[in-house]
Amino acid sequence: MNAHPIAVAPATNRVDLVAISQLVTPGSRVLDIGCGDGQLLKLLEATRQVDGRGIEISQKGVNDSVARGLSVVQGDADSDLVDYPDGGFDFVILSQTLQATHRPRVVIEEMLRIGRKAIVSIPNFGNWRVRAALTFRGRMPVTEELPYSWYDTPNIHFCTIRDFALLCREVGARMETALVLSQDGKRSIPLRSLWFWNLFAEQAVFVLTR
Amino acid sequence: MVAKDTSRPASTGDAAKPRSARSRHATSEADNPSSLFVRFGADKPLRLDSGSELHELQIAYQTYGELNADRSNAVLVCHALTGDQHVASVNPVTDKPGWWSDMVGSGKPIDTNRYFVICSNVVGGCMGTTGPASTNPATDRVYGLELPVITVRDMVRAQAMLIDHLGIDQLFCVAGGSLGGMQVLQWASAYPERVFAALPIATGARHSSQNIAFHEVGRQAVMADPDWRGGRYFDFGVSPRKGLAVARMAAHITYLSDEALHRKFGRNLQDRDKPTFGFDADFQIESYLRHQGIVFVERFDANSYLYLTRAMDYFDLAADHGGRLANAFLGTKSRFCVVSFTSDWLFPTSENKAVVRALNAAGASVSFVEIETDRGHDAFLLDEPEMFATIRGFLSAAAEARGLR
Repeated sequence: MNAHPIAVAPATNRVDLVAISQLVTPGSRVLDIGCGDGQLLKLLEATRQVDGRGIEISQKGVNDSVARGLSVVQGDADSDLVDYPDGGFDFVILSQTLQATHRPRVVIEEMLRIGRKAIVSIPNFGNWRVRAALTFRGRMPVTEELPYSWYDTPNIHFCTIRDFALLCREVGARMETALVLSQDGKRSIPLRSLWFWNLFAEQAVFVLTR
Repeated sequence: MVAKDTSRPASTGDAAKPRSARSRHATSEADNPSSLFVRFGADKPLRLDSGSELHELQIAYQTYGELNADRSNAVLVCHALTGDQHVASVNPVTDKPGWWSDMVGSGKPIDTNRYFVICSNVVGGCMGTTGPASTNPATDRVYGLELPVITVRDMVRAQAMLIDHLGIDQLFCVAGGSLGGMQVLQWASAYPERVFAALPIATGARHSSQNIAFHEVGRQAVMADPDWRGGRYFDFGVSPRKGLAVARMAAHITYLSDEALHRKFGRNLQDRDKPTFGFDADFQIESYLRHQGIVFVERFDANSYLYLTRAMDYFDLAADHGGRLANAFLGTKSRFCVVSFTSDWLFPTSENKAVVRALNAAGASVSFVEIETDRGHDAFLLDEPEMFATIRGFLSAAAEARGLR
């Protein structure tokens, strides 16, 4: 995680948050890792009546969350998940944060230890625009969605949808659902078409189980 | 319950009447506090962890704001080692503003327009609650070391008696820093159903070996002073001022940070251009510490210092629960907000985080913030806007959940 936990589109049009909230069972216990100012937790409390908790690295994010009445702990996805007991939550959510962690694999494993299900949303580095930037301009991509230059980006571990699917296989996670997102909405995709969406999706959301 | 209350009305304003008491020594406050107090009858002894009982327990306290009709808006503030009940009103011994005037008051984070704030002097203290400087009703002479050793659990048990006396079932919040934070944790653990929200600040669930070590230095300094007289100095009309001052000087260093000391004093000389080649207070920091020691002995009882440091040393909440801290909070419905400071090396973030970890493991609702500051442990007493913002937010959200206006 990073002081800029949301390294993609501005918070106001985070379509992934709405998509994620719809994947959460009403009344469940939820841990949101990298919860920022608590926007998703607030949405989940309002629409899904969850018992929500958050972890956030920035003091401002924690303060804003606490001021909104949320239970949020200042902490780091890379080091502090170990403090949580096995199976303490129904859902553990990591939205647009995996790419900013130091040890993404460990984070995914910890999520599946702590939660019955893990929900992970990622920006897709396999998107054709990203590929085009690298192929034709010979430059690391800087887009509206990925606005940082390579030398100051908090995003140190980008992956493509297919890379992520491989990681899931390696850690023994079962991919239950996959969604792809663009600014005009979301769509649920069959898991066998991941290679196709690896080229066209800008963001993707996955539900994982052990 | 045979509880005799004082005739003084609860103070409701920002500041209680200032007493013309610069000259009053703390020991006179020990028996006749200028705050509210309650004295429990012989039928209501305080049972102590040591196995003995305290009879005719007196608890001195202050209140601010109004208790609402539901009796649901009470906030208990627990004071630290050398604090007292005068949290937001002029201190009768020092004539200085209350020790947490930045936090508690009209429009402050712990808003007395909204909450009924209670703060009591801890058992073992010297500001009107039974302590070593109080008169032992059984012998009619000052307790001194005849007072049994007091623990944090004893302090909290006594506070619960006060809260019962005030007719309050559940506290909206229990808040405090350092030793006060230990009391908060003890409250939340011992009386979970009586604590809606808990706000432990710059504290830990145990006193570390290093902290016990510093306390032992302080106690040895007191006891090494010939005027301590085996703890019966008051019988001789003396007081171990030098020993207590040294204890305070050593302790005071632990409340600050290397960075803050350097910022404030550096290696600056005190009212001179060059070192005197002697043992005067050449450096500003020496002069500052000596001053801290001198003002402290004016307001604090040396034996009380021994008892209260001991209480902190003995605190180990995990040990009280089979060695697993999470067991202290199992099934709790209270909501917690833990606050630590980056430069606090007395109760470093790691100690505070151990509490957070245990609360998480117990499935408790917990928030945690580490405030960036160079002011060390004392930061919790100071003007720290980020701390205020966090606490204001936490309390407002809790108040909404509790249905307080």
